[in-house]
Amino acid sequence: MTLPSGWEMVVGLEIHTELKTATKMFCGCANSFGSEPNTNICPVCLGLPGSLPVLNKMAVELAMAIGVALHCTIAPSTFHRKNYFYPDMPKDFQISQYDLPINSRGYLDLPDGSQISVERAHLEEDTGKSTHLGGSGRIHGADRSVVDYNRSGVPLVEIVSGPDIRSSTQARAYASEVRGILIATGASDGRMEEGSMRIDANVSVRKSGQPFGTRCEIKNLNSLRSLQRAIDYEALRQIDVLEDGGSIRQETRHWDENQGETSTMRTKEEAEDYRYFREPDLVELSPDQAWQDRVRAALPPMPAARRARLELLLGEPTEAQRDAVGTVVELELDQFVIAAAESNLDVSLAVARAANEIAAAINNVGRLSVESFVATVSMEQSGKLSATQAKKVLGELLENGGDPVAIAKSMGFEQMGAQALGELVAQCIAENPSEWQRYRDGDEKLSQFFIGLVMKLTKGQANGKAVIAELQQRK
Amino acid sequence: MKHAIDIAAVVNAKESSAVAELATSMAAIAQKNEAIHAFLYVDTDGANAFAAAVDQRVAQGEKLPLAGVPVAIKDNLCQTGVPTTCSSKILADWRPPYTATVVERLIAAGAVPVGKTNLDEFAMGSSTETSAFGPTKNPLDLSRVPGGSSGGSAAAVAGDMTPISLGSDTGGSIRQPAALCGLVGIKPTYGLVSRYGLIAFASSLDQVGPFAKTVTDAALVLEVIAGHDPMDSTSLPEPAPSLVAHVNDGVAGKRIALVKELYEGADEEVVAAVKKAVAALESAGATIIELSIPELRLGLSAYYLIAPAEASSNLARYDGVRFGLREQGADVSEMYEATRTAGFGAEVKRRIMLGTYALSAGYFDAYYGQALKVRTQMIKAFAKAYEQADMLIGATTPTVAFEFGSKTSNPMAMYLSDVFTIPTNLAGDAAVSVPFGTGENNLPIGVQLLGPGRSEATLLAGARVLEIADGRP
Repeated sequence: MTLPSGWEMVVGLEIHTELKTATKMFCGCANSFGSEPNTNICPVCLGLPGSLPVLNKMAVELAMAIGVALHCTIAPSTFHRKNYFYPDMPKDFQISQYDLPINSRGYLDLPDGSQISVERAHLEEDTGKSTHLGGSGRIHGADRSVVDYNRSGVPLVEIVSGPDIRSSTQARAYASEVRGILIATGASDGRMEEGSMRIDANVSVRKSGQPFGTRCEIKNLNSLRSLQRAIDYEALRQIDVLEDGGSIRQETRHWDENQGETSTMRTKEEAEDYRYFREPDLVELSPDQAWQDRVRAALPPMPAARRARLELLLGEPTEAQRDAVGTVVELELDQFVIAAAESNLDVSLAVARAANEIAAAINNVGRLSVESFVATVSMEQSGKLSATQAKKVLGELLENGGDPVAIAKSMGFEQMGAQALGELVAQCIAENPSEWQRYRDGDEKLSQFFIGLVMKLTKGQANGKAVIAELQQRK
Repeated sequence: MKHAIDIAAVVNAKESSAVAELATSMAAIAQKNEAIHAFLYVDTDGANAFAAAVDQRVAQGEKLPLAGVPVAIKDNLCQTGVPTTCSSKILADWRPPYTATVVERLIAAGAVPVGKTNLDEFAMGSSTETSAFGPTKNPLDLSRVPGGSSGGSAAAVAGDMTPISLGSDTGGSIRQPAALCGLVGIKPTYGLVSRYGLIAFASSLDQVGPFAKTVTDAALVLEVIAGHDPMDSTSLPEPAPSLVAHVNDGVAGKRIALVKELYEGADEEVVAAVKKAVAALESAGATIIELSIPELRLGLSAYYLIAPAEASSNLARYDGVRFGLREQGADVSEMYEATRTAGFGAEVKRRIMLGTYALSAGYFDAYYGQALKVRTQMIKAFAKAYEQADMLIGATTPTVAFEFGSKTSNPMAMYLSDVFTIPTNLAGDAAVSVPFGTGENNLPIGVQLLGPGRSEATLLAGARVLEIADGRP
């Protein structure tokens, strides 16, 4: 989407991600999604009187991993209490990091070459989950509300970007890249549909070259599609207001996915005074250098590095190939391409098959072994399988698994021997002497004519490249 | 009533039994509690079971440091299945599903928890008069307060219903009632004793500690409950110190500073007792110096910002959603308001409002922020004093036990009864109150010994010297 001429949007994102720890942030309860309501609870995460928080080391480790991946500085940090009343928050305060976060001042490189600054990535605890029944379906006006505290005290990291994003596409690319990093570090499964990654977007607009405008914060965007749509809607809304001579009120807004609109949740004047102060039940968090070094050393390559590696294998990739590489990395299919490259196969062919055929059946990727993939690409490259046949074999492998050679055979893709193909090509040449002469005189287009004839005779079983090789031989 | 150390000795030696010792304690409670109102709840069945278990362990050859010793527990410490109310209507029917670390340690050491004792609501007060369930009487004079907030625990021991008890001290809530009831009371170094299961008033100031008739008994209890607890992040990393073995170490060669700000303004008879105590320590071989630590005068003001600020947050959870009292309301906000209006008493509301205000945007720097700076100054001032002295001495309270109602209409007058005890909590240091002499109407006077963090052994040895000098060898 393009904004009306002369306007620019300024966007910053706050990405909240649940950390994939075995236990919660301050107690030993299981951190797992989808359990029976109120089964993973204890005095601590229920905020019972007298209970005290004890920080989960694994949460700290995953937070540091995120920080390292985002090129942040890891520094001694503290916890604060953010005080407000809400039924799904058992203590009526949230333990969060405030002026001294564990990670600060980092950045993230996006696939398009742009860089977004990261102001901080801090630790905090999640709340329980309220369900409002009957009436309005929201907290005010519902007939009754029930709360599941299984999520209460699940560790979160909030990643706050600088106001560097200038389009909804870039916002989406940034969020997607952060998601890739979260998955790569093992910090999160990045499942937005389960709420393990939630995004708030701060959006303002300005005339190019002007200072930042007043921002509005859109809360709880839970898919990349919502993120992109909500930002576009909000930027256009603000431009409309301003072009009509109005002004933007700083406020928190709600995104309605069905209506495709944002609406006011609360204005700045209605904003809570959180009365932050140092959490007296926790001590300073100062990961020593050795601990930081261990986390750094254990980090696998991040998406940007993995894309660079695949692009290097491709030599000078086209834009389409870069997109395909992006897909391969996002879906974590790197090992398929790398194995093909190590077998000296055509990397661009491997990237294409991974980014298209495997991606199309990504939920079944577990059924496809790297060896089967390499064998299939190898058969295609050597001409034993046509492109169509190779795709069908991959499809079958992803559907039911098995041995690619056996599958090709059972599908009747038994490649005709070079001799049989040679005989067919010779036959076609003999039957079409004038076309053959023109081909020999340099009219390369006629190769397609002969391929068509051979395909007809073989009912599509022949390999086009092999036909061309036969034609060349006889030239 | 026998001392704890003697009960443990006879029970371990099988000359008595935990069941028999419990019976003595229960008989005393049955006889006296109605008049004194030390206990809010007597856990007869639970205590019987604990006592039987102790006897079984002893029969199997175990030697337990508190074998068969009945103990009273302040009602802000959680015990599984036993009502734990903080003397507040908001928790009137609440029974915790877990037990505080200190109570678990007492039970593991063979002690028998007999019930829960009265306190000022959420430990906010100095007389037990803010308890929603009525005040506790001072067993030494039923017309007077036992002090607070741990007044019930003090009265249980002073009234010979249990030999020992647990209290909590946020600004003097163990030492002040100990002084007013003629007991030894310890405010341990912050972090020495686990707070897990202690219902928070002001988390950065709260510490659990013992009441006992003797220094040795108090040392014995502290030894049992102290030491690192992985459930409390602010718990010191080391195991419990050895204390009982050192109570008779004396004070020879120790430097003890009499601090002007720790007795000035107290009643004459209290000042006289402090000076007599100084003389006793000097004749026991201590070197006495006199010091002024002007920063201590700021303690009360800083405390009444920091403690309410933390309390306003700690007490937010009493909202009617998950446990405790719930009053109906048209929506959730009204339910919160109705619940908290009905559930909290006036003093608790006063402090929640004070604390909320002190933390509010626009006021934070002037109030809470400033108080934190004062606290830092106080920590430095104490540290400097401890370069010159091994311990400090002063009064525990400005007066002996006062009469009911004499300070309830004036919160400031009540707050001033903690003026000498508050600085130690702000600094996170240790202090002991030990009875020394008597004043008006033969009521006990408490002398306070203060030391740096982890100085409990030194302080208890000093307290023991005073105990002997006061005629309790």
